[in-house]
Amino acid sequence: MTRTARLLMFAVAGGLVAALLVLGVLDLPDFGASDHPYRDAAVPAAVLHKTSNVISSINFDLRALDTLGEETILLASVIGVTVLLRPASDEHEHESISGSGRLLDSTKLMGYVFLPITLMIGFLTIAHGAVTPGGGFQGGVVLGTGIHLLYVAGSYRALERARPVGVAELGEAIGAGAFACVGIAGALAAGAFLVNSLPLGAFGDLFSSGTVLLLSCAVGIEVASGVVVLLAQFLHQTVEVTEEHGQ
Amino acid sequence: MSVYAYLVAVFVLLVGAFGIVRSRNLVHAVVCLSIAQSGTYILLLAVGYQSKATPPVFGSPATKPTKAVAEPLVQAMALTDIVVSATVTALLLAIAVQIHKRHNTVDPNELAALRG
Repeated sequence: MTRTARLLMFAVAGGLVAALLVLGVLDLPDFGASDHPYRDAAVPAAVLHKTSNVISSINFDLRALDTLGEETILLASVIGVTVLLRPASDEHEHESISGSGRLLDSTKLMGYVFLPITLMIGFLTIAHGAVTPGGGFQGGVVLGTGIHLLYVAGSYRALERARPVGVAELGEAIGAGAFACVGIAGALAAGAFLVNSLPLGAFGDLFSSGTVLLLSCAVGIEVASGVVVLLAQFLHQTVEVTEEHGQ
Repeated sequence: MSVYAYLVAVFVLLVGAFGIVRSRNLVHAVVCLSIAQSGTYILLLAVGYQSKATPPVFGSPATKPTKAVAEPLVQAMALTDIVVSATVTALLLAIAVQIHKRHNTVDPNELAALRG
């Protein structure tokens, strides 16, 4: 198909989609209106389970089954990237990497100063997922990308030593498995998959909200490991793999 | 004025789709897909917005729960949406890397023939 034909087709299809969406949008409740039936149901349900972060309550308690699905998508993508980017038979990995290039001392300093702070924030965000803004998804991303400050600040070699990809691959599986195990434990203890069957604690405490904290940690482990494995595959690809018959 | 935020979401979605259609580079196409997906975040958060409402987090130390908060359901959906979008983007970029290795091009227009 030529570019012009494709653009013409998009003009027709895009115009129709735009018209449909605009028609649909015009009938939505007013922006900023106070009519939110789901909110009115979710807030009391979260308070009942002593979870002061209603978003975490929805993700890890009220709709935890959905999160299990999202988590599986994450796992599938990570496996897909790992399979796609493995070195092919006509490629080889080379060990020696010529010089680390120029690096400003200030960049190095900031990297090493912020590495522990970022990792600490990541752990805090995961652990306080049930009480303050945050949770497994956000904290996991902070944790997984934070460790790559080593790559920015130091060298690929330093990152490689500090970043155990094998452990991250295990963590990816353990995180996904732990989520399902908590769900099955709920089924055995209280008769329904992923039901919140642990002691709930007091509203607003760190150890409140029952399984929300556990599931938040499981997702945190999985997301952090997933980010580490994904970035490891791409970095490995650019830094270490070359074609045998290439340049 | 009350539908303005929703129209922004529609606009971002279509701009992303337009970018994919006229793309000459697979990496560019993947980025355009991310932009189109951002339209859905805007729509979700716009649906959940309420004027003068607080975030749906009652914090530590706990404040008294109130119903005058933004819609938490759509925020939870946007949150998982973003994480899944990031990993799917990574998967698509990995496919782009493989295509470049096998076909020596990342221009979708030159990828007409199938090859085993």
